[in-house]
Amino acid sequence: MRTDHILTISRVGKSFGGLHILKDISLEVKKGERIGIIGPNGAGKTTFFNLLTGDLEPSVGEIYHDGHNITKQPNYKRARNGIVRTFQKNNLLNELTVLENLLLVLQRKQGFGKVWYQLRNIKKYPRLYEEADELLKKWGLFYQRNAVIKNLSYGEQRQIEILLGVAMEPSILLLDEPTAGMSQSETDYIVNLLYKLPRDLTLMIIEHDLDIVFGLADRMVVLYDGGVLAEGEPEKVRADERVNKIYIGSGDELVC
Amino acid sequence: MKNTYVKFLISFLALASTPFILSLFHLNLLSEILILAIFALSLNVLVGFTGLVSLGHAAFFGVGAYTAALVAQHFSANLLATLGIAAFVSLLFAAIIGAFCMKVNGFYFLMLTLAFSQMIYSFIHQSTNLTGGSNGLSGIPKPEIGAFSFANPVLVFYLVLVIFMISYAVLRITVKSPYGQVLIGIRENETRVKSMGYNTSLYKYSAFIIAGVFGGVAGTLYTYFNGFIAPSDVYWTMSGTVLIMVLVGGSGTMLGPVLGSALIVILETIVSSYTSLWMLILGAVLIAFVVFFPKGMVGIGQSLYRRFTNKPSVVNEKKSRAA
Repeated sequence: MRTDHILTISRVGKSFGGLHILKDISLEVKKGERIGIIGPNGAGKTTFFNLLTGDLEPSVGEIYHDGHNITKQPNYKRARNGIVRTFQKNNLLNELTVLENLLLVLQRKQGFGKVWYQLRNIKKYPRLYEEADELLKKWGLFYQRNAVIKNLSYGEQRQIEILLGVAMEPSILLLDEPTAGMSQSETDYIVNLLYKLPRDLTLMIIEHDLDIVFGLADRMVVLYDGGVLAEGEPEKVRADERVNKIYIGSGDELVC
Repeated sequence: MKNTYVKFLISFLALASTPFILSLFHLNLLSEILILAIFALSLNVLVGFTGLVSLGHAAFFGVGAYTAALVAQHFSANLLATLGIAAFVSLLFAAIIGAFCMKVNGFYFLMLTLAFSQMIYSFIHQSTNLTGGSNGLSGIPKPEIGAFSFANPVLVFYLVLVIFMISYAVLRITVKSPYGQVLIGIRENETRVKSMGYNTSLYKYSAFIIAGVFGGVAGTLYTYFNGFIAPSDVYWTMSGTVLIMVLVGGSGTMLGPVLGSALIVILETIVSSYTSLWMLILGAVLIAFVVFFPKGMVGIGQSLYRRFTNKPSVVNEKKSRAA
């Protein structure tokens, strides 16, 4: 495997019974590349993410990460190795506080996940709390530090969803519709955050808001009916007739 | 943190002074409460912290109790031998049963734990030569260390008290540690915790084993305490009772199971001396708690505390889980 590709997806497909959700998808992702994934509802975008994160196992094909075959690797190992996702619907620990959510991420990163038998009271690890506070301040969420997740606004929860992903310091971050269901100002805020992410972080973004994704991505992948309909630079994809056709067909204008 | 040690020491001293105050009858009641409190605390690791509702926890209680009894009768009544072997055998059973139960979730987990515990019950019930069948085992020698025997109820009480304090401390440290935080995370949202990079199956499995071992320890103490063990203590109603103790006391807290155990044992003793319909009363108590006080006795205490101190609700919401 060539190592300048952080992720190599080779002829991957997924079927549930007789239903072929994804068919024969191949894609090579370079380190630091930002890939936008678009396509109409039911095109298989989220399923594609599930295959990459290990939440689902592909029916056929193989996936390589940094040259290692990870096709059968369970999701928690992939997450440790740097393939991290955020969820389309907020998927947080709703009864716990913002801080507690974040600490869970940080304690594993600082080695408590491997040495799970470390048995001192969590409050005796000030380094964890310092890092958590630092992150919360950086993200402007410090004032909600001790708030229980379920009491936060949807937009704030969405920010924490992304914060938890970034806090894991991934090498590939998969964002599943990061701005879904947010107001315009909240969307702007999130997009701003995404632009500020380090340039060497590989991003893959599923997004319905085409303005956002065309601005952010180096390369676009258009999924349609379980296959790759078009792929390439944003300008090229925007001009593609077939892409325009499916978007006009489904009611979305591809005019940015 | 100093505060915790002080509280711990005061509780220990208060309990240790009870033999000078209480009658023998009440002292025995207290011993039973502490034994069942260990049992409830062990189940709480699963139900309250990891979010796995088991209806077969009596299996480990029974395995611990019968192992201790058999070791005492056939090999040695030495405290360390009976307790050590009983805890180890409970660990083995938990490791085997857990390996199967970890494959399933929710309702199926509940049914599978129930099935395993009933298998163990029917084995104990049928193996007349080994376990005495429905007659149980009686005349079990009291535990001893060298020439010293825990021959009278006061000594047994102190033994129970010391092991209770150790178990409470160990389990408290476990749930407050980073490891315990992951268990709480699994209870709240296992998918998310997995995507954070945790091998949640391993965490659940280890929690199951910890619960099993302490369940076995509780069973062992029960044998020491009674000098007698019967299959009814392994029956699924025992699993149900301990689950009620956890829920009524307050699951997911450390104090809850202890309070739950006290309430149920006291209720059983008082009510059953007046009427044979004590199960009816227990049922009513459970319903009242589930409907009106889902956070259990600890929850009631907290809302009273809140009313008197007027602390902001966010802090209290936080506390209800951390207590």
